[in-house]
Amino acid sequence: MSKTYVSGKLIPHIRDPLRWFLFSLAVLLAGVVWVWASAAPANSVTGGRIPSPREGFVAPDFTLELLDGGEVTLSDLRGQVVLLNLWASWCPPCREEMPAIQNVYNRYQARGFTVIALNTTYQDGEREASEFIEEMGLSFPVALDRTGEVSRRYLLRALPTTFFIDTEGVIQKVVVGGPMSEALIRSTVEALLPEEE
Amino acid sequence: MFPTLQLGSFAIQVPGLVLLGGVWVGLGLASREARRQHVATDPVEGLILVGLIAGILGARVWYAVRFIDVYFENPLALIALNPATLAPLEGAATGLLAAWVYGQRKKLPLWQTLDILTPGLAVFMIFFSLANFASGDAFGAATEVSWGIHLWGAVRHPTQLYSAVWSSGVLAAVWLLRREPTFPGFVFVAWVLLASMGRLVIEGFRGDSQIVLGVLRGGQLLSMLLIAASLLGLHILALRADNRD
Repeated sequence: MSKTYVSGKLIPHIRDPLRWFLFSLAVLLAGVVWVWASAAPANSVTGGRIPSPREGFVAPDFTLELLDGGEVTLSDLRGQVVLLNLWASWCPPCREEMPAIQNVYNRYQARGFTVIALNTTYQDGEREASEFIEEMGLSFPVALDRTGEVSRRYLLRALPTTFFIDTEGVIQKVVVGGPMSEALIRSTVEALLPEEE
Repeated sequence: MFPTLQLGSFAIQVPGLVLLGGVWVGLGLASREARRQHVATDPVEGLILVGLIAGILGARVWYAVRFIDVYFENPLALIALNPATLAPLEGAATGLLAAWVYGQRKKLPLWQTLDILTPGLAVFMIFFSLANFASGDAFGAATEVSWGIHLWGAVRHPTQLYSAVWSSGVLAAVWLLRREPTFPGFVFVAWVLLASMGRLVIEGFRGDSQIVLGVLRGGQLLSMLLIAASLLGLHILALRADNRD
């Protein structure tokens, strides 16, 4: 009879100290194993924040191929200030602002600043991008968005678009269009970097 | 996923509406359970309402205290219908305190009252999970499983739906267990245990976890604490009831 199912079977187990202790131990042990198995480094989760390509939100994560080989994952760069610049080789304002970005990169790289120049390869060309980088003598990482997936994720509307991301992965400033002045880039980056010791 | 619903020229905030629905159904189940146990329904309903109102007021007051100069200059903002300017933890603490004081004054027996509230709490958790689904909060980690949902720019585990399904199972368990002759507090503590087990597992699939100590998810640590406490609590309450017989 269901009326005495729980009372008859469960409760004596709950009352019995040894049996209940062993059962509890088994449950807690299983819990510990799961906690360990599902552990995640802080940069792979958002700490309660929602990812969105807008100011004040966590920058949407991505993993892309680099022009020079290898890969870059945005969330791996937490702890650094990141300038994410979306560009194409045929875009004149992109060309105009690259030297300024390079200058700021040179100046602040040692203090924990980096650049990801995200080439919109799906509407450009790897060869053209490579030639562009060589011609302008740029040394920062260049990522290739071959499918347009990441550009879509960042709701790309116009080239160039730049996202200034702080050390916690939160977008602090979005600049649509260009060219950006070196003063603008420098002042924004300065404000996001930790105090110099 | 569905944060607003357009009805003509009205934009309805879906998550808030779902939560309201959850409170309404939860209240209904609590009253039903009180009646089934031949306990007066007015004090039980009163306790829930006092807890809710105190909780919401407390959440706004504590938020305002934190930004006292802003609200001093703009006192009308105190009554703004903006859920973002509520302090959740402080609000919950205020609500629970007010409910407890109310219960003491009405001389409600602690464990039996908690048992009566449990079906209501269990059903509210389902609505809470669905509200999160609508707002996109409590989202899952990116994944490649075939049942992933497209949210916040990636295909993710539908953790809000996992929660809703688990909470439905917990409600079913609570529904069946409440009729059994057990001991006061059994149903409530069993609910805490089952709900925490679900949280422990599902949190492992979330993409928005708060991380402590480098790699551990805060929600899981809290759940482990609650699981341990409820396992111990069941034992203590069972023995206590045994001694009373």
